[in-house]
Parts: sequence; structure tokens; C-alpha cells
Amino acid sequence: METLFVILIGLFFAAAIYLMLSKFTIRILLGIVLLGNGVNLLLFTAGRLTRQIPPIIPAGSDTLSIAAANPLPQALILTAIVISFSFFAFLLVLAYRAFEELGTDSTDEMRLAEPRDEPLPPTGY
Amino acid sequence: MAAPTSTPVDLSTAMILAPPALGDWLVILPVALMIATGGLLMMIRKSVRLHAVIGLSALALLIVLDAALLWRVWQNGPITMTMGRWLPPFGISFTADIFGASMALASAIVALLASIFALKDISTTGLRHGFVAFLMLMMAGVSGAFLTGDIFNLYVWFEVLLISSFGLLILGSEPRQIEGALKYAILNLIATTLFLISVGYLYAIFGTLNMADIARKEAAIREGAPLVTLTALFVLAFGMKAAAFPVNFWLPASYHTPRITVSALFGGLLTKVGIYALIKVTVMLFPVEREAISLAIAVSAVLTMILGALGALAQNDLRRMIGYVVIVGIGNMLAGVAVGTPVAVGGAILYALHSIVAMTALYLMAGEVFRLSGSWQLSTLGGLWARSPWFAGVSFALMLAASGLPPLSGLWPKVVLLKASLDIGAWWLATAILVSAFIVTIALARVFLLAYWRPAITDDPMTGDPMASAGAVAAADWRTAAPLCLLTALVLFFGLFPEPLLQASQMAADGLADPRAYIRSVFPEAATP
Repeated sequence: METLFVILIGLFFAAAIYLMLSKFTIRILLGIVLLGNGVNLLLFTAGRLTRQIPPIIPAGSDTLSIAAANPLPQALILTAIVISFSFFAFLLVLAYRAFEELGTDSTDEMRLAEPRDEPLPPTGY
Repeated sequence: MAAPTSTPVDLSTAMILAPPALGDWLVILPVALMIATGGLLMMIRKSVRLHAVIGLSALALLIVLDAALLWRVWQNGPITMTMGRWLPPFGISFTADIFGASMALASAIVALLASIFALKDISTTGLRHGFVAFLMLMMAGVSGAFLTGDIFNLYVWFEVLLISSFGLLILGSEPRQIEGALKYAILNLIATTLFLISVGYLYAIFGTLNMADIARKEAAIREGAPLVTLTALFVLAFGMKAAAFPVNFWLPASYHTPRITVSALFGGLLTKVGIYALIKVTVMLFPVEREAISLAIAVSAVLTMILGALGALAQNDLRRMIGYVVIVGIGNMLAGVAVGTPVAVGGAILYALHSIVAMTALYLMAGEVFRLSGSWQLSTLGGLWARSPWFAGVSFALMLAASGLPPLSGLWPKVVLLKASLDIGAWWLATAILVSAFIVTIALARVFLLAYWRPAITDDPMTGDPMASAGAVAAADWRTAAPLCLLTALVLFFGLFPEPLLQASQMAADGLADPRAYIRSVFPEAATP
């Protein structure tokens, strides 16, 4: 099960990096979503994948059995999902506004703040 | 239905039963104050007139709290408070040591002075869009990052300060701001995702997220775990946040786009949070692994410094030039991390404290230049000496401070870093520090030459802009003059009397190199390393 998940996570990362290397903002954003989900799966796998053992502390014991899944990474994922979801919503609006204001979704052509023909500073006066 | 148990439960095995000492609340109060004020300002978003009053008083109170915290930590050593009273490492701990407390104090001072500047710089529209509320939440993130003792909690504070910095960055919604914000947002989001990956691996290896717990377990786990890889991942993530070469191109692409007060806050605070996290994780948690990759960090430091300095030399836009000066400072701090001896780490901490103040002051200086002359471009600036002699003097002092010349505070961290790198025989690192400082001196001296000494330029002497050509002395505005003068007084004071800062940074570095006091404050019963 873990091996399958590791391969799946690898695919997520590969696709995310491929998309983020694009110069179009919407593909970069899709890449970021895939990356975020890949990381969530990675955390999930790190906390043991098991469904045979319910997370119930047996009588006479203080801790969960060692084979039960660790609940803490799942709590981390929950936090990370909330954060990355809100960031993605913000980024989508930002990218849309950028497309409206700048008239392009290619990062190569977004040169308003960093103009190509900016002069060098004067060397004297 | 659970039947009521007849046996009494012994809570002391799971919870801290004694209430925390009153003074220990200082660890959490800065964050609580900032979040509460931010929330309050969100609620009264439309009553713009109240914003400045509430914001400034909250920041003044924040300085008092941070100063009290630093004083207490200085007297008693690190103090810890654990959320929900769960015994650490199960509860999330906030632990303040001298390093975190002094950084928090420096950032609070800078935030207050920058918001006084903002009274002039930020319009009513900006206030209505929530400038002060975002500033409060960003300070919550910054203070939280400096004071937390839990590495996942550190991730959360990074996200808090990141999302509020987005809000500050696009204040005004000009096209160039949106462009800068897009680049900043995407690259910083990738950096925090890298941080999250590292946290995931860290938890998989250690089974704990509490920094003190990691520090005391590290030696036992070191043999069988891929800790060098983990440290390298952390260095990459924090290096990206701190703007270290080769992952620093988001900084010159975005830091010159927002309002100048926002640039000042970002340049002073945000990159330093990255450096703080980098120092904390590499020096305190993974010292042996840091040694293993120190060459890579050193190379990155040299390239950050030299390329940053050359970038500063090539900029015509004053704000972009200052962005590159910020990057040079990051390179210096990285050099301290790369050397890694307590003296070097002390130098890096000292540099961070100096840089928080000096970089903010430099950006605010650029804002005053724009207010006086209406231009950011070196090719059109001129005549500022005649327009405002006191401002020329203040600017000159700030430029000396930023390039590391005596008698300002920029000198001492460079001296400490030079000595530390020569002590371990890294002459090339010392050379890079000196060469980059020299290039920055040239770049800043040229700003002074062109913008201040050169007579004002008018396209047509007959119909030229009367403001610029008259050569009349401009009236000072206390809202811009006071923060600039106070920041300059700070860099001058600590340039002339560096002893307290040198001592504080050295104590902070010693506390990181030997974290026994830190661990003891979280786990009072078991101080074994």
C-alpha cells in the first residue's frame, strides 16, 4: 500500500513541477495545487496507512497499538488543506486580476514592474 | 454511554497542573495582542479614523510587551508556555529565548516607526482596504514565528504572515502591484510548501514537532536517519524565504511595487524571519548536519552577496536598488550560518538585528526622497541637499550604516563575521564580505552624489517644475521626519555603543550552540541532552 502511494506521490510531484515550469499563470497555479495535494498525501503516508486496526486504546493500556495509524499527521494535513485552499482561492483571483489589468497570462510578458529597457543609472553629471 | 469511573484519574501524567507564572504570559501576549487588534480592526473596517489610533497604540503596547519579555528572558533564561496545559511535547509550546525575544523587540520597534511614516504615506483608501489590520496580522505572524517552540506552529505563523503580506502588497491594486504580488505570492507559496515537506519528513523521522524535543533526541537518532537530506531541504525552504541566491529572484521582482511603507516593513522584517528560522533549525537542531552542508551554504552566501551588490550597482530605480542591498545583507547572515561557530552565529544575529532597523530606514528614506522630488529614478533625481539639509544628513548616516562603515551600527556585525570567518581560515568568505560591502558603498555613494549633491534637473529652465528648481528648503513633516530621525538615532547609538547588542547576540548564539537551557525550560524534569 505504501509503495503504491509513494509512486502516486512521485507522479503528483512530477506533474506539479512540469506544470510550474510553464510560463502561463494558470498552469503554474494548477501545478501549485498538485504540489500541495502531493505534499498532503506525503504527510498522510508518513503517518502509516492502515485500516485494519481501529484507533481505539485497548483496556489496560495507555497508548494506541503500535500498528494503528498515527492521527497527528492527519491533523497536520487538515491544517495544510485549509491553508493551501485559501491561498489557492486568493491566487486564482490575483491571476484573474493580473490577466484583466495586464492583458496577458504569460509571465514572460509581465514586465510592467521590471521593464526590459530600464536605463542604467548615470555614471556622472 | 460512558459509565462514570470510580477511580480518580491522575492528570499530572498528561497535563501541567500548576498555573503558569504571571510573567510567563508574556510569551504569548505579543501574538494574542496583535491577533486581537487585527480582528477588531477588521470589524470596524469602515471607521477609518480609529484605525491609526488603535494601530499605533497596539504597536506601542507590543514594544512594551516585547521589551518586558526580553528583560525577563535576559534575567531568567528561556521561558516556556504550553498551550492547553498538555505536557510537552504533546501541547504546542511557545518558548522565548534571547534570540527570539530580541528579534521580536526589534521588529516591533520598526513596525511602530514605519506605521508613523504610514500616516503620511497611506491614503484613506488604503486604510479602508485594511492596511492597519493587515499590518497587525503580519506582526502576529512575525511575533509568532519568533516566539514559537514548535516547528509545525512555525509553519502556521509563516502562512499567517504570508497571507497578510499579500494583502499589504496589493494595497492600491495598481497593475504593477498585481504583477509584483503574483510573482511574490507564487514563489513564496512554493517555499512554504517546501517547508511543509521538510516538516513532514521531520515528523516521520523524529515523531515529534517540538523543537526542544527534537534537539534532545537529535544525537541519538543521528546515525540511522537521513538528517543531512532533511537539513538541506530546510535550508532550501528557508533560503527561499530569506532570499538567498539562487532562489531570491522574487525579491527584486516585487519589493519595489507596493507603497513604500510596505516595502520598508517587508525589507526589514520578512526576509529576517526566514533567516531566523534558518539559524534556529540549522544551528540549534541540526548542528552536525549543518557542518556537512556548510560549504554549499557558504557558496550560496558568497553568490548572494556579490550578485546582490552588483545588482544594486546596476539599478536606476532607488527602490529596486535598496532591494538588492537587502539581499547583500542576507548573504552576510548566511555567511555567519555557514561558518557556524558561536562567534559567527552571534555575528549573523547581530547583522539581522541591525538589518531590521537599517533596511526599513533605507526604504523610508527612499519614500522621503520621493515625497520631496517626485521621482524614484536616479537619472532624474537631484538637488535634495538644497531642498532639505537635515534629510541629507540623515540619509548620509543611513547609507553609511547600510554599507557597514563606522561609526554606524553596520560596522560591528561585519567585523564579527570577518573575524569569525578568518578564525576558521575561510579567507575567501571574508574577501566576499569586504568586496560586497565595497560595491554597496559605491552604489550608495552614487545615490548620494546624484540625488543629493547634483543640482536639481529641470527639463526647461523657464517652465520647469517650481518645486524642484526653486531650491527652496522643503518643510519637514513630523510623520516622515520622526521615524527617520529615530531610526537613524538607533543605528547611530548602536554604532557608538555596540556593547549591549554584541553581548545580547553572543548570548543568543551561545544559547543556540548549547540548547540545554532551552530544553530545560520546556522539559524541566529531564535536562539530559
